[in-house]
Order: sequence, then structure tokens, then C-alpha cells
Amino acid sequence: MTNPNGRFGIHGGQYIPETLMNAVIELEEAYNKYKNDPEFQAELTELFNEYAGRPSRLYYAQKMTQDLGGAKIYLKREDLNHTGAHKINNVLGQALLAKKMGKTRLIAETGAGQHGVATATAAALFGMECVVFMGEEDTIRQALNVYRMRLLGAEVIPVKTGTRTLKDAVSEAMREWTSRISDTHYCLGSVMGPHPFPTIVRDFQAVISKEIKEQILNKEGRLPDAVIACVGGGSNAIGSFYNFIDDKDVRLIGCEAAGRGIDTFETAATVNTGRVGIFHGMKSYFCQDEYGQIAPVYSISAGLDYPGVGPEHAYLHDIGRAEYVPVTDEEAVQAFEYLAKTEGIIPAIESAHAVAYARKLAPTLDKDKIIVITISGRGDKDCAAIARYRGEDIHE
Amino acid sequence: MSKIAEAFKNGKAFIPFITCGDPDLATTAAVVRAAVNNGADLVELGIPFSDPTAEGPVIQEANLRALSGGVTTDKIFDLVRDLRKDVTVPMVFMTYANVVFSYGAQKFISTCKEIGIDGLILPDLPFEEKEEFFPLCKQYDVDLISLIAPTSENRIAMIAKEADGFIYLVSSLGVTGVRSEIKTDLESIVKVIRANTDTPVAIGFGISKPEQAHKMAQISDGAIVGSAIIKLLAQYGKDAPSYVGEYVKSMKDAL
Repeated sequence: MTNPNGRFGIHGGQYIPETLMNAVIELEEAYNKYKNDPEFQAELTELFNEYAGRPSRLYYAQKMTQDLGGAKIYLKREDLNHTGAHKINNVLGQALLAKKMGKTRLIAETGAGQHGVATATAAALFGMECVVFMGEEDTIRQALNVYRMRLLGAEVIPVKTGTRTLKDAVSEAMREWTSRISDTHYCLGSVMGPHPFPTIVRDFQAVISKEIKEQILNKEGRLPDAVIACVGGGSNAIGSFYNFIDDKDVRLIGCEAAGRGIDTFETAATVNTGRVGIFHGMKSYFCQDEYGQIAPVYSISAGLDYPGVGPEHAYLHDIGRAEYVPVTDEEAVQAFEYLAKTEGIIPAIESAHAVAYARKLAPTLDKDKIIVITISGRGDKDCAAIARYRGEDIHE
Repeated sequence: MSKIAEAFKNGKAFIPFITCGDPDLATTAAVVRAAVNNGADLVELGIPFSDPTAEGPVIQEANLRALSGGVTTDKIFDLVRDLRKDVTVPMVFMTYANVVFSYGAQKFISTCKEIGIDGLILPDLPFEEKEEFFPLCKQYDVDLISLIAPTSENRIAMIAKEADGFIYLVSSLGVTGVRSEIKTDLESIVKVIRANTDTPVAIGFGISKPEQAHKMAQISDGAIVGSAIIKLLAQYGKDAPSYVGEYVKSMKDAL
């Protein structure tokens, strides 16, 4: 889907300082060399299977299906991966690539902390140095993940600029990369940033849809009618969609964080409220004001609290291949509680956005229809924040 | 011939960078005039951006001060209209691609021409993405300034060959900000540039002291100074113009 200069329709590209250009060119060359290298792929598969615990389960959510009374619901259990989220897929791929490139140090941004934890994990495994940039606001919202990263040997740097969230963590990681390139790989956590990151991250996450396809064909003998995933930058969503893009009968639905609602300023629903812009190395949709100043977005979910979206999602939106729907904080919290009580599965608050939309969609579909929801991560990290949202103060 | 070339006819060029609207536009106007009256050969006017990824802490904070003071692209265009009543040295805008893109590139670049802006520096628009604005810049005689970095290596010739106005040579890795020492082998880079173009070269990033500026000017055609001036603005606010004037004089004299 990527054309040679990293474009997805009008989106994508490489809008970065000259200082970084040779670094992304070097990365692209290394990736092109290794992506079809059987030895590299065998090593990665071994890591996926033996270390991360893949393939992740495709679980038939029988109680939820019965309760909603419509389409049959399957959950793609990325929450069961090692480190508790889909982020490990991309990180193992990039860390292995970085190692092949002779890099000894990984830097990363993180929102909810899941990507930071995954990067710290891979760095520990590969014996690499690791520095994670995290918005100061998020270090408070996700204190447990900060501890996990430090436990894994990473240095966590709280970012105190701007809105002190994911956007600022990305900016700071980019600044750090411009100052130290030769031994450092920037392990970007989502399908965003300059080319080749959106393509590399997508390819490593595409294992999700590859497995869904095999598993659903095995269980149902046919493809699903809809695949639903949450979208911040969009890595678990593109991973869930990718191998279905050519299967036009499969609806692809991305759930954006609407925060307090898309008619308020406290939202992070980029496709629904943003317009085309250029930021963080890519052309895509961004929440911004009339002069192009990036908007201070909001969501209860630190992982979706980002003012942009990956360029391939922007393209899938433009051509009408995927739908992007807003889900509010309140809907997500209700879905978080619902899945816990109904299936005994506590999803990440990010993934709960996808569950929330499925709760609306499933009852409108016939019982012979099939929906797959990607549970991108586990929700342990969110319990304290959701308790606070419900007016209960618990100590972690 | 580009109007920017004039800036390099008065000995080595001194190029100050000023963030527009920090702390307010009246101060910016006074600072620009003070800089020009004390020997600035070209003025780099920063249009603030919410997330300036190429800037260090000093200029990041200036961007925030300016934006929280309510400055906008349109107000900055008015500032330039006012400055052009008496300021004759070349002036260029330094901002980020989204500020131009979001305003409408055609409208932004044609306005530059109309108000007397001679060039555009966009640190997040590398050679590979030049086409985004280059055709419009050509159409309206606004030079799209090329940047070359310590990591450019095999890219230097390619960039230099197509450079307009002047070449902004980034002195060091990392973001903008004062540095005690510049270690890059800039002479070798300048040599490759010279072999490929006659376009003047000015060095920026990390320069704050007269002796550093002198050293940089020895190997190039001029020195660009941002953070050191912004620090004076942060320290003296509305009283900054006379301090900036004095500072610019000391730097220009050192070149």
C-alpha cells in the first residue's frame, strides 16, 4: 500500500529536519534488506511465539454475544501478549532490526506507558540501553507503568513541555534523536511519524490480522463482517485491518477517542474533528486551530490522547475503505466495566473504546453476522484511573 | 538575483533570529529595528508554532510566550507591513511546515511576496519534501532556504546545487540552543558546498559569543544567532530592544 516515497494517497511523507534524513534513509535501507530475509523473519517469529506468546487467542465472547442479541462477537486477545498489549509486536521487530543495524540504544515515546514498557522489555532482552520519554501528566496517570519501565532498566524522562502528554513525548523523543543518531534507534510506537515508520510498524503489527484471518477461517469457515479496533496513532487498528483491506466485504471500523464529545474542545477524535496538516514528520489529519497550531487534545485514555492519526488511516478514510467513529470517555468506561462483568476480561481503556462501539453495532446486525474486536491491551494499568473517574480513590 | 544576496555584500553577514510576538508584537518591531540599526544584515522572523520540534528549551518557551500572548500569522503579516515602511534589509520567515500548509500555501506565500518577505526557512521540510512549497516559492520570488546538517554527508552536493537565497548550515547535532563548543568539522562541509554552488552559506545553532561568531564567519559567509537573543527577550521583556541592539553590534563587529 505504500508507494516508494512513503505516501498513502496524499498522506505520509518525510517532514523532518535534515539532521534526521540520513537516519531514516539508513533505516529504510536496513528494513528493505531484512523484511524479506528468511533468517530475520525466522528470528522474529521465534521471538513472537516463544517470548511474546503468539499467536494470541481469538476468543468467542459467548456471553457478550448473547447479551447483545445480535452479531456473533470474537475478541482478538492482544492483551494476553507478554507485557499486556499489542505494542510488543512492533517493538520486537524494531529492536531486532536495530540490533542488525548495530544500534545499542533504544529511545521511545509513550502515552499510556504500554509502548514504553514494551520497549524497555525488548531493550532488557537484547541488552540495549533504553530511554523513554513520557508526558509528565501521563507519568501521573500511569505511575505503575513508570515503575515497570524503571524495573526493566529503562530511564524514564518526564516531558514537561506543552500539554505534557503523548504529543509532547513524541516531540521530545524526536529532539533527542537529532542529538544522538549514530548509536541510537528511535523505536516509534505507532504507525505514524516520517516514512518508513508507518510502513515498518504496520508490517510488524499486521501479524494481528494475519492471525485473525487464519483463526476465523478455522472457527467459522468464513471472514468476519466487521473488524473493530481503537485508534490513537492507529497501530493496533492497522494491524487488525491490514490483511482485510482487499476483502471489501469486511467492514473496518476504527474507534477514536472523543473524550467529552466531538462537539467539545476536550476531544482527541482526529478524523472526526481534525483537518489535513503536517506534523511529527507526516502529512495526515490533525486536530489544529485555523492557523495550524496543534490543538491540546483530551481523552481519559493516555494511549489515544494524540492530536494526529497515522497516514494510512487518513488514506483509508479518504477512499472510504475504513470508517472512523467517535467514542466518548463515558462510553469507554461503561464498556470497560461491561467487559469485566460480562466476560471476566478487563480491557485497556484504549481497547474499551472498540468494545463500546461493538456494543452499539452488534445488536443492529443479524445473528449470522460476525464481529471481531481487537482487545489491544489489558486494563490493569487503568484500574486506578477508572476508579477515580467513578469517584473512588484507591491506592495502587 | 535574489534580494537575499544583498545581505552578504556588507562583509560577513550577521543574522539575528527573533520570535514574533515574544512578549508582544510592539516589542518585536522595536527589537527588529534595534538589530537592523546596529548592523543586522538579514532578519529571521520566527512565526511561533505550538510544537517546535527543532527547537531547544529557550526558543520553545519563546514560542509559548508568543502564542499565549495571542499572536497569529495574520498579525505577523501586519507587523512585517509596518516594518517594511523603513526596514530595507532582507527578511525571512522561520516557521514549521504546518503553519504554511494550514494557512493555505498559495495565500501564505503570495502574502510573503506582497509584504516584502524574501525567504522561508522550514526546518521540517527536507529536500525530499521541497515540492510541497517550492513551485509557489518560485512563482512568488520567495527563496525557500535549504538546510544542511552535520549528518548530511552524501546529501550536501544534491542540496547545495538547488539552494536558493542562502544555505543554512546547522552547526551541530540536536536542537537550537546555546553551546559552549561547536565540534563539527564545518570546514569540510563548506568545502563541498562551495564546490557545488555560489549561494552564500550562513552557520547557525549554538552560536552566542562574539568569538564563536567570528570563528564561524571565517569559514562561511555569516552567522545566525537565535537562542542568545531570545534569552535577552526572556530576561528584559519590553525593555529588550536596547540590549539586543548592543548585542547585535558586538556580534557584527566581531565578524
